[in-house]
Amino acid sequence: MFAAALIVFRESLEAALIISIMAAATRGIPSRGRWMLAGVLAGLCGATVVAAGMGAMSDMAEGMGQELFNAAILILAVGMLAWHNIWMSIHGREMAAKAQSAARSVKEGTREGSVIFLVIALAVLREGAETVLFLYSLATSSEDGLRTTIGGGLSGLAAGSLVGVLLYAGLLRIPLRWFFSITGVLVMLLAASMASQAARFLIQADLLPSYGAPLWDTSATLSQTSALGLLLHGLIGYEAQPAGMQIISYVMVLLAIAAGMYWAGSRKRREARQHTLADAH
Amino acid sequence: MKRLLSLTVLLLAATATLAAVDEFTLTIKDHAFVPKEITLPAGKKVKLLVINQDATPAEFESKALGREKVIPGKSTGTVNLGPLKPGRYPFVEEYHENDPAAQGVIIVE
Repeated sequence: MFAAALIVFRESLEAALIISIMAAATRGIPSRGRWMLAGVLAGLCGATVVAAGMGAMSDMAEGMGQELFNAAILILAVGMLAWHNIWMSIHGREMAAKAQSAARSVKEGTREGSVIFLVIALAVLREGAETVLFLYSLATSSEDGLRTTIGGGLSGLAAGSLVGVLLYAGLLRIPLRWFFSITGVLVMLLAASMASQAARFLIQADLLPSYGAPLWDTSATLSQTSALGLLLHGLIGYEAQPAGMQIISYVMVLLAIAAGMYWAGSRKRREARQHTLADAH
Repeated sequence: MKRLLSLTVLLLAATATLAAVDEFTLTIKDHAFVPKEITLPAGKKVKLLVINQDATPAEFESKALGREKVIPGKSTGTVNLGPLKPGRYPFVEEYHENDPAAQGVIIVE
């Protein structure tokens, strides 16, 4: 019972943190609740399909199917998060000013909505597939049997969701003036963390060099299985024993998103200046 | 063009030979690792074949090695490792990680 609760908590915590950050970061986007719910449902369906097809997938790509699949999902999510942040660096100011969607076209809302949908669906799919396999393994192998496994799993899920809800409630208390800057940083760190995990799978598939495995070891100071370690892993991608290549990927994604945001933001400011000049004439 | 092609084939063949690395096996039976300790050579790439003899899926996980891989029931998963520095690298079968039988260690020397 306890084992089930713990593992499901760990998996659902990661997904819950991603969902909370996305929920906060997309505040004010029309019908984002519906996009998020659709994302969770699609992710759950996908997780069941992936869990059922795990055997076939594992045999693909000379036994590296799982690694490639995980890396692909993570890289896709990194792309979506990057796109979201760059989009926000153009529209964030007006959203903070109005905190409403009135200023934006329905088309843009839909495009941003599909980003929310995909990011959440991919997160639930990844964490969910592992959970399904685990519960299946435990329910059929332990003396506890099905009922206690499900009971444990549900309490783990509840605990993971609770942390997500608390994070979301905490984020909402941030004054609107800083709100989107802070959620922007969180989304950036989330993207960098996923890039680092993608790198780990590509190293495992022997497609990337590790450049130091591990580069350092802080497991004695802050274990990744401790409560704080788990939280930091979910929020900023903390790993006690990362490979050098993971750090490179992490930093590169941070820099790329920051550069994209700066470029989009400065173009927006230039446009605004030209408008003011034109108005003055 | 033809020469370029044959050169490419030759290069591919060469890398394929280079890629032939030592293989080691680890078995999971009744959610327990056999053996629980495995010694691998330092400084070179190796393949660890994890054979899951159980009917249920298992997950080989090692935070120290940065590896996690689901091994479906009655199947074998390949885990690429190395080049590694000498040391001790613990691993677990994540679905039963609290059970001592599902914990093991890779010794690299």
